[in-house]
Amino acid sequence: MPANRFNAYTDYGIGIGLRIPHYAHIFEKKPVVDWFEIISENYMVDGGRPLAVLDRILERYRVVQHGVSMYFGSAERLNREHLRRLKALVKRTGTPWITDHLCWGSVNGAYSHDLLPMPYTFEAARVTARKVREARDYLEVPIAVENVSSYAEFHESEMTEWEFLNEVVERADCGILLDVNNIYVSSRNHGFNPFTYIDAVPAERVAQIHIAGHSKFEKYILDTHDHPVIDPVWRLYERAVRRSGPTATLLEWDDRIPSFNEVHAEALKAERYLDIALEAA
Amino acid sequence: MTALALLQRRMAAAVMQPLTTGSRMARTTPDGMVLRKEVAEFIKPNARLTSLERLEIYSRSYWFRVLDSLADDFPGLRAILGQLAFNRLSRAYLSDCPSRSFTLRNLGSRLEEWLRTKQSYARHSPGLALDMARLEWAHIEAFDGAAERALGPEDLACLNSGFRARLQPYVRLLDVDYPVDEMRIQVNRAPHDDGVPVHRVRPPGFRRALPLRIFIAVHRLNDMVYYRRLAPEEYLVLNAMRSGQRLGRAIEEGFSQSCVPPDDRPAMAGAWFAAWAELGWLCAPSRIKKEKVK
Repeated sequence: MPANRFNAYTDYGIGIGLRIPHYAHIFEKKPVVDWFEIISENYMVDGGRPLAVLDRILERYRVVQHGVSMYFGSAERLNREHLRRLKALVKRTGTPWITDHLCWGSVNGAYSHDLLPMPYTFEAARVTARKVREARDYLEVPIAVENVSSYAEFHESEMTEWEFLNEVVERADCGILLDVNNIYVSSRNHGFNPFTYIDAVPAERVAQIHIAGHSKFEKYILDTHDHPVIDPVWRLYERAVRRSGPTATLLEWDDRIPSFNEVHAEALKAERYLDIALEAA
Repeated sequence: MTALALLQRRMAAAVMQPLTTGSRMARTTPDGMVLRKEVAEFIKPNARLTSLERLEIYSRSYWFRVLDSLADDFPGLRAILGQLAFNRLSRAYLSDCPSRSFTLRNLGSRLEEWLRTKQSYARHSPGLALDMARLEWAHIEAFDGAAERALGPEDLACLNSGFRARLQPYVRLLDVDYPVDEMRIQVNRAPHDDGVPVHRVRPPGFRRALPLRIFIAVHRLNDMVYYRRLAPEEYLVLNAMRSGQRLGRAIEEGFSQSCVPPDDRPAMAGAWFAAWAELGWLCAPSRIKKEKVK
């Protein structure tokens, strides 16, 4: 189950995000890491240091691309320049699959650079699924969509978030990047049972899993990626891998980034749950 | 317009509406509607947050993100204007010119053009501010611009006056009225983390910098960006090459207004070509792109 058509039948283990503060450590110490996730947009440039660094990483490590601004859920058409640059990067990295978010973020060509929440409507699911298919056909690589953390809900919604996710991935026939921290954050912000969400996800479509930390405020929780993973999120992760099998897993740590070793050690805590899942399988 | 497009348009308008000076959402929309009522029409409240408070999480996140990004990209401009004036300028610029790109890298691409028409945002030093904005955008373009195969020594041996050499796309040429290259280097050396007082962000005498017309090539070497001052004639030769002139014609243009004695010019041009070749600035002709000369 972990190796499926949505992650190109790979078995990638536990990765971490490639971040600038860790470059020197990685190049000097050459640590053993299963794979790195890169933010695609950071490398969709014409030249210079970003691509030079990426090429050095590719000499030694496997890389999976994660996007932040495809905006499958925006009502407007896909940005062709974005797709063209993304395809060039896909060829460069050899990423077996790519991921981006189930969200919107641009209107009439103006970008918010944020992951704005979807209204869970059938119309939105149709639009989103059509764009996922268009992107996949152009990029010629499997796509998995990630559930986002959200802080707002719409009157217009006609279904739950997990029903919407299922509606989109079934229509698009695409994979899921299941972010269990995002499920936790949204469950606290909107008052639903996160295990209900996990149990509703089609396990056979889960191509990858994200884990991360977040920040608690008085009235809501914010997905900040600046803390270790908390126990309730590990419990969701355990449930997810029990259902999906030992799936490619990535720890996100994007702010107040500690040392490479600290981030990697936090990611490797996932091993204990993957072992359980492996035994169960 | 579909229901989805309409909803996204309404929400984006609210999210991207400028915050108040206290970094909160405004009470009304630009066309006079009560924002609280407008937002309540499409966002549900919950037990802890009103509809507007829920949307405000996104609005603050949007503004903090784009303001931080612009501040990171234009530290020299921030130092010239001071933190408060830079914040005012940033908010006005981003309201008039929201990001049109999938990457924040391009957020400041229209800043110089915008500032030309909004010089009141840099009222104490508009010329200096414009020059710094140009330099800092050139810095971004030089950092990750395309590089093509540089001409090697064997190629250079074949150069003649009819050859059309080109400049590497990442090399940016500037004609400015202030020594913004030195000023930007000063800013890089000064501590300017958030929370550092403005007087430390702005090196002493920054705003009172004296005019000095200079020519700069913003380029990169070993993936680091550098500023190289150019002689006026050198700048003109490089610009003529960039606009597609053959070498002979480019050199003629470069020296057309020069007071350098004609006998000294061949040696001078030879030294420039040697330096450009060593820096990897020259590449073979293929497609010719024109760059506007100020």
